[in-house]
Amino acid sequence: MSATTTHEFSDATRDESSLRRFLHGLPGVDAVGLEQRSAGLATRSIKKSSKRWAIDTAISMVDLTTLEGADTPGKVRSLCAKARHPAPATPRVAAVCVYPDMVATAAQEVAGTGVEVASVATAFPSGRSSLRIKIADTEYAVEAGATEIDMVIDRGAFLAGRYGQVFDEIRTIKAACGDTHLKVILETGELATYDNVRRASWLALLAGGDFIKTSTGKVSPAATLPVTNLMLQAVRDWHAATGQHRGVKPAGGIRTTKDAIRHLVAVHEVAGPDWLTPKLFRFGASSLLNDLLMQRQTQLSGHYSGPDYVTVD
Amino acid sequence: MTWEYDPAPESRAIANLKPTYRPFVDGEFVDGTGEPLKSVNPATEEVLAEVGTAGPTDVDKAVKAARRAYDKVWGRMPGSERAKYIFRIARMIAERARELAVLETLDNGKPIKESRDTDVPTASAHFFYHAGWADKLEYAGYGPDPRPLGVAGQVIPWNFPLLMAAWKIAPALACGNTVVLKPAETTPLTALVLAEIIQQAELPPGVVNIVPGAGDVGAELVNHPGVAKVAFTGSTEVGKLIQGSLAGTGKKLTLELGGKAANIVFDDAPLDQAVEGIVNGIFFNQGHVCCAGSRLLVQESIADELLDRLHERVATLRVGDPMDKNTDVGAINSRDQLSKIRELVTSGEQEGAQRWTSPCPLPEKGFFFAPTVFANVTQSMRIAREEIFGPVLSVLTFRTPDEALAKANNTPYGLSAGVWTEKGSRILWMADRLRAGVVWANTFNRFDPAAPFGGYQESGFGREGGRTGLEAYLDV
Repeated sequence: MSATTTHEFSDATRDESSLRRFLHGLPGVDAVGLEQRSAGLATRSIKKSSKRWAIDTAISMVDLTTLEGADTPGKVRSLCAKARHPAPATPRVAAVCVYPDMVATAAQEVAGTGVEVASVATAFPSGRSSLRIKIADTEYAVEAGATEIDMVIDRGAFLAGRYGQVFDEIRTIKAACGDTHLKVILETGELATYDNVRRASWLALLAGGDFIKTSTGKVSPAATLPVTNLMLQAVRDWHAATGQHRGVKPAGGIRTTKDAIRHLVAVHEVAGPDWLTPKLFRFGASSLLNDLLMQRQTQLSGHYSGPDYVTVD
Repeated sequence: MTWEYDPAPESRAIANLKPTYRPFVDGEFVDGTGEPLKSVNPATEEVLAEVGTAGPTDVDKAVKAARRAYDKVWGRMPGSERAKYIFRIARMIAERARELAVLETLDNGKPIKESRDTDVPTASAHFFYHAGWADKLEYAGYGPDPRPLGVAGQVIPWNFPLLMAAWKIAPALACGNTVVLKPAETTPLTALVLAEIIQQAELPPGVVNIVPGAGDVGAELVNHPGVAKVAFTGSTEVGKLIQGSLAGTGKKLTLELGGKAANIVFDDAPLDQAVEGIVNGIFFNQGHVCCAGSRLLVQESIADELLDRLHERVATLRVGDPMDKNTDVGAINSRDQLSKIRELVTSGEQEGAQRWTSPCPLPEKGFFFAPTVFANVTQSMRIAREEIFGPVLSVLTFRTPDEALAKANNTPYGLSAGVWTEKGSRILWMADRLRAGVVWANTFNRFDPAAPFGGYQESGFGREGGRTGLEAYLDV
């Protein structure tokens, strides 16, 4: 365990048993109530200029992602081009998200555009490797030019209750990142309960994660509205306690504009308007962008253009 | 960054509003002999429609028509046949759900999302549920062949106009009774559209009669000698009058009256959901709910934190045009009710409670009241004892479970209660000892046709819904 945490939770992270006491002392989550609230937020009716604003904001929050074994430099270049300039007169997306070996290609393509290069690391997606490998994986991505690292936590250690190990690992990766932004993937689909999601969120925040991220996109269920809701509560409470803003990134499973707007409503009403910025909220997605572009077109022209009018990448 | 939601108004045309509505007696819409009343949209104060009311002769005709229908057709019809009619009503409500929801919102002032997502679907569900019972009454636990009572005289309030009509009519019909129902004076419209549905469903004339009017029509109805059973939902004051006038008549009576429910939050509660439950408990339907969680009892060790979270959350409630799909809290139902709320809130301030009111903007016209939370409330204050029936929450603290229980039960009412804790054994311990007809655990204001609902003490007696609710309409 590290003793360098200086905020008011330093007691909580002093040793393994303090950490356990703290995490288990967090208020429980009632699943029925959380899901009811999420369903309630999903009924918000966002129309006209508020919808156009939401679509543009959502576009600017996309981490445009490709994480396939079959990725090629050509595909990544094409993705970067789309990220810089999704369609005429649209905002650029927040970042591209790729595997470490594609970082150099991506970094070259988006240099100077403001689009960040995010790379998954730490034996993504399973996190099943030694700490040494995970550090090397991170350093490889950072050296190649990644400005954001999306790490996975060791779910096995978390579920077995070895919170200290998970905490130390996040801190170690954070140190390896240096100034590079760190997003901590909880893989909520494997955590099984909302109580666990809350604990993992706090664990990642305590360990210094700049963002907490729902999923790798490789496990189902990925991002759901109740889980995003819960993680937004965590960053809201973190801010109330420390004054620091931390971000949330739902990833995987958000494919439609409607879904994205529902998430933005949750950001707005659960965490607060402060979080309606790509600095604090991202969508990890690939197909979402095209739907946002189509809906944007529909809003502007008054008719639906269809999937042939947006690019496939 | 600011993100204002644009107005998202539901279309008023969907309500299919007519200039006049008339009483429904013996299968026909008739000109009532009472003085017509004007139904007002509480959000805009405009007159929506003129509604004919029933005079004493109309009530008499309605009860006699109901008796005839009971003797000749409905009382002797096999349950399986009655069920077909009731299923038909349920389906027709569902088919006209949007129209009914918009009309309800115009007439009552409740937000469209509540009439759309709660009132109308639950009304339909009550007919579906009770249609299922009609041919299974012999299995309900009331003997091999439980018989109906005759004509049921029913008087309902203005807070859930259509839903209360469904709660009353569906079990009565399922058990083989016929009905004369008086909707509330300020909200008669949806009950009269329900009459239209009942006519289109081809129920035999006289099985259901709807007689709009004020309290005098209700008195005429419950005191009519042809009525065998009276069901009333409304204020405790009127409930007592009815009980007094019915004493010795042999009429069967159920009353669902006021409440001052305690919503009890322990320090191990799921806090974020408790905040939602508190908000839902008192601000749902502008607090016009007899089982509203109007007293928050919070364990003192978390009181400050909970209040902070509550204020933050309540400040996000969107108060305003009930027709806007994003409105969370709509209009107070009438000017009278608004003055009553204001009077009680003033008493709270004078008696030394600490008032916090949401900074939300309010519309200039119409009857609106911003969500209000009183802290430092003591048991002796009027806002802790009297039913406010508005968006006003009184917060008290407790130290031990015994104290929570004592405070919760220290009321002449006893309709509902809520318990928030992650400890299952404590939920059961509390539920055993709370004098309340409904105890919700880690939730609030959840309704289901299969769950009986009703009160203790001055909250009334008898149950509505579920198997237990059938008893009120059977000769057992």
